[in-house]
Amino acid sequence: MAIHLRSPEELGKMHRAGIIVWEVLTALRQFVRPGLTTMDLETFTGELIAGKPGHAAFKGYRGYPCALCTSVNSEIVHGIPSPKRKLREGDIVSIDFGMEMDGYYADSAVTVPVGEIRPELNKLLHVTREALDRAIDKMRAGNRLGDVGHAVQSWVEENGFTVVREFVGHGIGTRMHDEPNLPNYGEPGRGTRLQEGMVIAVEPMVNAGRPDVRMRDEWTAETADGSPSAHFEHTVAVTANGPWILTRPREVTGPAW
Amino acid sequence: MAKRPNDDRKKEKGDSGNPKEDAIEVMATVIEPLPNAMFRVQLENKHQVLAHVSGKMRKNFIRILSGDKVAVELSPYDLTRGRIVYRYK
Repeated sequence: MAIHLRSPEELGKMHRAGIIVWEVLTALRQFVRPGLTTMDLETFTGELIAGKPGHAAFKGYRGYPCALCTSVNSEIVHGIPSPKRKLREGDIVSIDFGMEMDGYYADSAVTVPVGEIRPELNKLLHVTREALDRAIDKMRAGNRLGDVGHAVQSWVEENGFTVVREFVGHGIGTRMHDEPNLPNYGEPGRGTRLQEGMVIAVEPMVNAGRPDVRMRDEWTAETADGSPSAHFEHTVAVTANGPWILTRPREVTGPAW
Repeated sequence: MAKRPNDDRKKEKGDSGNPKEDAIEVMATVIEPLPNAMFRVQLENKHQVLAHVSGKMRKNFIRILSGDKVAVELSPYDLTRGRIVYRYK
């Protein structure tokens, strides 16, 4: 499989899908509160995208049953929404969502605090979000994938956390998971060189404890030591003017989330 | 949604990705031996196909002669060629 370079028109289509993803995630972020179940988030998402063009990308992807992935506390990614999983004050929940429109995909995720959270969790969210910002800043033509991975890993480890190895960011375009893989670790100057037109879903997954992963079921990945884990993601295009975050409106600037 | 790094190599569920598993197995009779461990065999439906001896049979030195009853696996993509997987006594 080769890496696809996307034309400006294709990027425009992905951006249109990406704006809806951003709208949904932004609404969910405000919606989250103690007492809701993760299935409530899924239901709310269904209401948000009803009548909008395109469709939720995850539902049916390799048999995944829902539009959202909701990963609470020690769950890293791909938690399946459930009416039994209640959000409690002090939890953190990663909400991951993707849209397909006109044959093009956009994928993004944000980890949201439920009510007031412990300062350690606040730091975990801050470090992970900042890792995404640092990674996005490396998404420039001429840099290599190793530069992006290294930016995440070095920052995260400096702060005493660890990066997950079992899951990676990915090329995205006419398929949700495409070439290349983008691990959240790496050596500067190594790996595929970034070129204008490449689009990659950049997604640091950071554990507060050890990096090891355990699969709770076919989908849900959680930390082996039960420590909390955070996850932020944007779909990012490499352009002549530097990185372009496709999963938010142009007007929005500043930190990634 | 994060990707598992080796996901693209895996095929969709229900397909193990092993080409030998899609074969159709049929009974046949050997008509004539050919060079390179190939044989012309006649299937039960009277079709004649070119068949080679499977690696497992070669490894175990199973000899095949004209007139032997054999089991042949056919690829669904090229029905003119097959693989001899068993010689009946």
